[in-house]
Amino acid sequence: MSESTPDLSTPRLRHPRLKLAIAAVVWFALYELLEPFSHLLVNALPIAHEGHLAGALQFFLYDTPKVLLLLTGVVFLMGIIHTYISAERTRSLLAGRGLGIGNAMAASLGIVTPFCSCSAVPLFIGFLQAGVPLGVTFSFLIAAPMVNEIALGMLFALFGFRIAALYLAMGLLVAILAGTLIGRLRLEGYLEDWVRELQQKPAVAPGIAQTTSHLDWSDRVGSGLDHVRDVVGKVWPYIVAGVALGAGIHGYVPEDFMASLMGRDAWWAVPAAVVLGVPMYTNAAGVIPIVEALLAKGAALGTVLAFMMSVIALSAPEMLILRKVLKPRLIATFAGIVASGILVVGYVFNIVL
Amino acid sequence: MRAKGKNMKNIKVLGSGCSNCRATIERIEQRANELHVDVELEKVEEIQEIMRFNVMSTPGVVVDGVLVHAGGVPKPAQIDQWLR
Repeated sequence: MSESTPDLSTPRLRHPRLKLAIAAVVWFALYELLEPFSHLLVNALPIAHEGHLAGALQFFLYDTPKVLLLLTGVVFLMGIIHTYISAERTRSLLAGRGLGIGNAMAASLGIVTPFCSCSAVPLFIGFLQAGVPLGVTFSFLIAAPMVNEIALGMLFALFGFRIAALYLAMGLLVAILAGTLIGRLRLEGYLEDWVRELQQKPAVAPGIAQTTSHLDWSDRVGSGLDHVRDVVGKVWPYIVAGVALGAGIHGYVPEDFMASLMGRDAWWAVPAAVVLGVPMYTNAAGVIPIVEALLAKGAALGTVLAFMMSVIALSAPEMLILRKVLKPRLIATFAGIVASGILVVGYVFNIVL
Repeated sequence: MRAKGKNMKNIKVLGSGCSNCRATIERIEQRANELHVDVELEKVEEIQEIMRFNVMSTPGVVVDGVLVHAGGVPKPAQIDQWLR
């Protein structure tokens, strides 16, 4: 996907705060109008109002703009947060922290620090080189992709605050516990040798000084807009496709179809969901609409969340990238621990809810 | 291949071949052509080489041995600055 991006040399924004306030009001107004508008639209169409098609269309016409709107809002805010924190800053906050506190900080910072899975390896090494312990580094690496603004924004858009918060808490818990355990196991010997050497002689070349102090609100808003263009520009086709698929399931697949297959009584459903998630590689945006539809048809929440976490946090391509710095045994340990954590989350959700 | 001039800039793009890295190279190439600036553009994909520049977010851009950018596709205004 290499669409030629238009010239982005954004002009200086005047009155950024005022414009931000106006944009917020417009955003809320749009959000409130979505539901009545989608009803109006479906009713105006020459189709049976109570039929499958109307149900599917209603779902699609309401959910697509809703998800896009919420995602745009969340991603924009995250773009602004990114002007306050960079990978370098996070690294210096984590350097020399012990297990426990360090892991909790690393997992939390993983949510807000700009992160792209293609930077996972440089980041991993950069952290180790600066004296961030291995276990703490892993907490960051687990949380950063799993508990990201796209996943949280979409969960919030589709399931509401409670489930988004639960996902956040459980994702952090898995990242913290898995990182702590990896730290306890003292697996430093299973780093590739060249990484160990680097770890012993810290970098002398100065990294880039990402100064954030001179930024004003115009820059921050600009960063938010850039982030929206970047992220929403990339994921919107997944969202539309995902919601369309979800709409199809919503309208046509019978209620409770999934209950026997992925319901809470099927004990094997959670491990199956985790295993199924590993070879699948998609972003949160692509998987969540499907998740919603599965849930609506009686699949158990824990099973579905386990599936989602596994898809996002444990992907085969990422393992291949990490193979450059980790020996197979450490990769296997990492995957095993994270998978077990997700498994526990799945079962706990199924039992508690 | 153009002859390596004395004043020709050497620009390295650090990154393991993700879409942002490719976009970065394309943009620099395009802009250099538009400005008629001769550059020696290198793609650095080897992780050990990348780490020599102490970069944590890719793509990184190195102009004449100095790291000038890390993380995300650079903006046109930044690219112009490097080429000048």
